Amino acid sequence: MSTAEVTRTFDVAKVKADFPLLQRELKGGPIHYLDSAASSQKPQVVIDAMTTYYETINANVHRGVYEIAEAATNALEASRVRVGRFIGAPNPETEVIFSKNATESLNLVARSWGGANLGPGDAVLLTQLEHHANIVPWFQLQAEKGFEIRWIPLTADAQLDLTDIDRLLDGVKLLALTAMSNVTGTLTPVRELTEKAHAAGALVCLDACQYVPHLATDVVSLGVDFAAFSGHKMLGPTGIGVLWGREALLDAMPTFLGGGGMILNVTLDGFTPAAPPAKFEAGTPPVAEIIGLHAAVDYLDALGMDAVREHEVTITAYALRTLTERFGEALTIHGPAEPAARGGVLSLAMEGIHPHDLAQVLDEHAVCVRPGHHCAKPLMKVLGVGATARASFYVYNDTDDVDALADALGEAADFFSF
Amino acid sequence: MPGLEDLYREIILDHYRSPRNRGELETPPATRTEGFNPLCGDEIVVYLDVDASGTVGDIRIGGTGCSISQSSASMMSAAVKGKTLAEVRALTRAFKGMMSLHESSLDTDGESGEELDADGEPVEDVKLGDLGALRGVVKFPVRIKCATLAWNTLMQGVDEAAEAHPA
Repeated sequence: MSTAEVTRTFDVAKVKADFPLLQRELKGGPIHYLDSAASSQKPQVVIDAMTTYYETINANVHRGVYEIAEAATNALEASRVRVGRFIGAPNPETEVIFSKNATESLNLVARSWGGANLGPGDAVLLTQLEHHANIVPWFQLQAEKGFEIRWIPLTADAQLDLTDIDRLLDGVKLLALTAMSNVTGTLTPVRELTEKAHAAGALVCLDACQYVPHLATDVVSLGVDFAAFSGHKMLGPTGIGVLWGREALLDAMPTFLGGGGMILNVTLDGFTPAAPPAKFEAGTPPVAEIIGLHAAVDYLDALGMDAVREHEVTITAYALRTLTERFGEALTIHGPAEPAARGGVLSLAMEGIHPHDLAQVLDEHAVCVRPGHHCAKPLMKVLGVGATARASFYVYNDTDDVDALADALGEAADFFSF
Repeated sequence: MPGLEDLYREIILDHYRSPRNRGELETPPATRTEGFNPLCGDEIVVYLDVDASGTVGDIRIGGTGCSISQSSASMMSAAVKGKTLAEVRALTRAFKGMMSLHESSLDTDGESGEELDADGEPVEDVKLGDLGALRGVVKFPVRIKCATLAWNTLMQGVDEAAEAHPA
């Protein structure tokens, strides 16, 4: 494939130049960062936005009446609206809650909504693709509330098997599912499942951590009731996550963490919670990170999310073709074979080489992949493996990165050849 | 900068390709203990058969893992067979001393266990033999847990066996 074909959506070389870390040399050559599903790199504009905040308007928010405190508050609230518009939130001022990360967002739904609405005789439906962040909070709550947890099984190519979906949804109060697997890249049929879930009387909580960074997202057309995602996987900083929820649901839900900022009033007898989103934002928020996320969203929007997706489909197709042609049966790539059915996440299994060893050899060639269970041990069990080596792509990856991956895999095969 | 040859010594690859003492033992009389590496999902099972005199009569290793964890388990199984529980404990201390970031000397390539343990106490002069090949792992700190997984699991088995066979 020619470079021109890959880069018709936007100029990848120009994008790459915006990321200071990707200018580094490692092991005497360029760094091939293929671990964006774990955490993305940050463009200079995001780093600059955070530095500018600290250098010019650093002050606590929602408190002071002095000029820089108001500027900090305005910057925070502007980010809330910007992030909300990015995902199509109808009421961004009240429906976008800033959290620490997607994990905390999902815990908020479990503890607050789940704590108030789930009990014996109820059921929560998950999928076997889920990340531990969308499993463990439900197990924790189940131990207290005694509801049932069910699982949507998978087909051989790690897509959701919906054969029994009507039976599985019967009596379910909440469907909590990933929009895209962080292990296999599987895109799930969110809209279809949301319609079925709503028809069965269930709400839908979407783990959109791997989706929002990579595909144009509209929570209204997806039809979900909650959506959780993290800033650091979408070119933003660590320490900032988002929970979007329908306004009526957020209004009715009990509080989550308690402290300053989330109250309307406190007396010696008790407290009255604030309205959303403040209700769910106890304590001083990560202001610099929220401002950094605003810059990240601006950057992604300037690229265009449709172009981002097109670039990733192209690079994923190139990788699937290159790796399959080169290694054939010796290399298993888990998940859907069709690039359009998946995101840019490839979980690799090389015959006779443990993923940990594979990743170690790849590191010698400055190819950064992630070995392990990717916080999805139930999925690993379904796939029949203990671990995989995962390569994941984003806006700054090009065919050189894929070629470097293929070459390094070849070196690993030689090194460990029996 | 450490290279792959520091990590993947030939003897390590040999034990990875041809692991010694793979399998299971009947429990009881043998003990069965499991170890997990939560980072990479590796699992190891150690079957330990200790006779009435407190000597390791037999050992078998199960589970899956990377070359470092598998070869460490394989070499461990060969090293502890026929040793008393006290000797097994001393060997484990020596091995874990070698795997300690603080105490392990990166410059030497000695094959004996003249090391300090994690508390800074001199470790008994224990011959590590082939296990010395794993010394290079300490230069790859993320992999230390791979090398020590089998030994931590072994220690659980030794503790169980010691309860059954008080010295």
